[in-house]
Amino acid sequence: MSETVYGPVTDWATDFDHGSPAYAANQHKIWEDLKNSGCPIAHTDRYGGTWLPLTHEMVHSIAYDTDHFSSEGPVVGQLKPSEVPDRIGAPIGPVPPISSDPPFHNEARRLLLPAFSPKMIDPWRDEVIEICNKLIDDMGDADHIDAALQYSQHIPVMVIARMLGLPVEDGDRFRGWVNLVLSGIGEERTEERMQKFMEFNEYLAYHVNDHKENPREDLISFLLNAEIFGEKLSLEHAVGTVILLLIAGIDTTWSGIGSSLWHLATNSVDRRRLVENPDMIPTAVEEFLRAYAPVTMARVVKEDMEFHGVQMKKEDWVLLPFPAANRDDKQFANAHEVVIDREENRHAAFGLGIHRCLGSNLARLEMNVAVEVFLQRFPDFSVDANEMVTWSTGQVRGPRTLPFVVNARA
Amino acid sequence: MRVHVDPSKCQGHNRCYALAPELFDVDDYGNAFERNDGVVPAGLEDKARLALANCPEFAISIEE
Repeated sequence: MSETVYGPVTDWATDFDHGSPAYAANQHKIWEDLKNSGCPIAHTDRYGGTWLPLTHEMVHSIAYDTDHFSSEGPVVGQLKPSEVPDRIGAPIGPVPPISSDPPFHNEARRLLLPAFSPKMIDPWRDEVIEICNKLIDDMGDADHIDAALQYSQHIPVMVIARMLGLPVEDGDRFRGWVNLVLSGIGEERTEERMQKFMEFNEYLAYHVNDHKENPREDLISFLLNAEIFGEKLSLEHAVGTVILLLIAGIDTTWSGIGSSLWHLATNSVDRRRLVENPDMIPTAVEEFLRAYAPVTMARVVKEDMEFHGVQMKKEDWVLLPFPAANRDDKQFANAHEVVIDREENRHAAFGLGIHRCLGSNLARLEMNVAVEVFLQRFPDFSVDANEMVTWSTGQVRGPRTLPFVVNARA
Repeated sequence: MRVHVDPSKCQGHNRCYALAPELFDVDDYGNAFERNDGVVPAGLEDKARLALANCPEFAISIEE
């Protein structure tokens, strides 16, 4: 095991830290500077050795190359997958199917696809509209609101909790666990962190047992009865998938909604266009997904190999920064401009290849409705100049506070 | 004009189905396929091109 590196970044090409606040705040500039200096793939010794490819072509080819890159560790951590105690290894991984490799991956994913297909997700629209309106009703007539704390962070939690069959009122606890798993990756394994992981596992064990005793029409009961290769899913598989659906469904969409609202708060021309032409919202949301894609995934190198002139070692981490691929000017015209009526938009916000985000239809529905309802109720809003907008760190990026001034309501 | 979805490339992003439901449909797994043998009715050519221009996996082709 290599020595753990902490502390401030000395050089972004050779010592980057994607878990640092500086990266979260300046990532677009960092990628541009790296590419302009002739470094399309950065490296760091942190996390035991990690690569950061920056072009759409590289990200695309790694996402497709499941022979050389494993999904066993979708989130970079201080421990390599093989160093994690009691871990379920490849091809299943701890949180299938996102952590699974072919051919197991295909079967584990196929189980879940129908529940998240467009025809199953579209009927949630009215409920999401209601959730969004209720959150705005709860703000009363305040002129100063926080669109992250009072709005965006709640929307995905309520839907995924209902789909899974977990208590909707536990939203704060879910968000705490999301932060534990996805932020703070650069932190040391303190006793406090371990304690929180234990609480998360106990919580899930309780609800899984409750579903065993009292089956109902929800995803947890479905998983407990589902079969793969002619046998029931192992309990580890079922619980791992519950963890995945809970974690992956929350702060990603919360980030996507938050970044969209942040853009509209800071770009009044775009905001007015969408208020006047709400039928443009779906196209604009795709552009927000491109320009502010929340999710970077990770892979693990299977064997020593060469990639675009660099020597990757077995068990190195490789980040897949879909947000950087989305700003590659070889793939997108005016890649650094946010063009809300962009017609050609093959963005990779939901990933590329076999791990395309399972919940993309749900995420799109929630983002579209959240933006639509917010603009209906608040046709004019701006960032409160006296407060700070804060951004998450780690592999999911989005605003965690959005202090807004409401200038007009409808 | 005819459109075609390459099933070996489609990963179920469902952009074509969202942008041009007249030309594309999806199965229970969210995989897309062309309707009506891919024949694009007159007047829907722009929608076909829009679907092609928004497929992240480059799975859609058009025969003019």
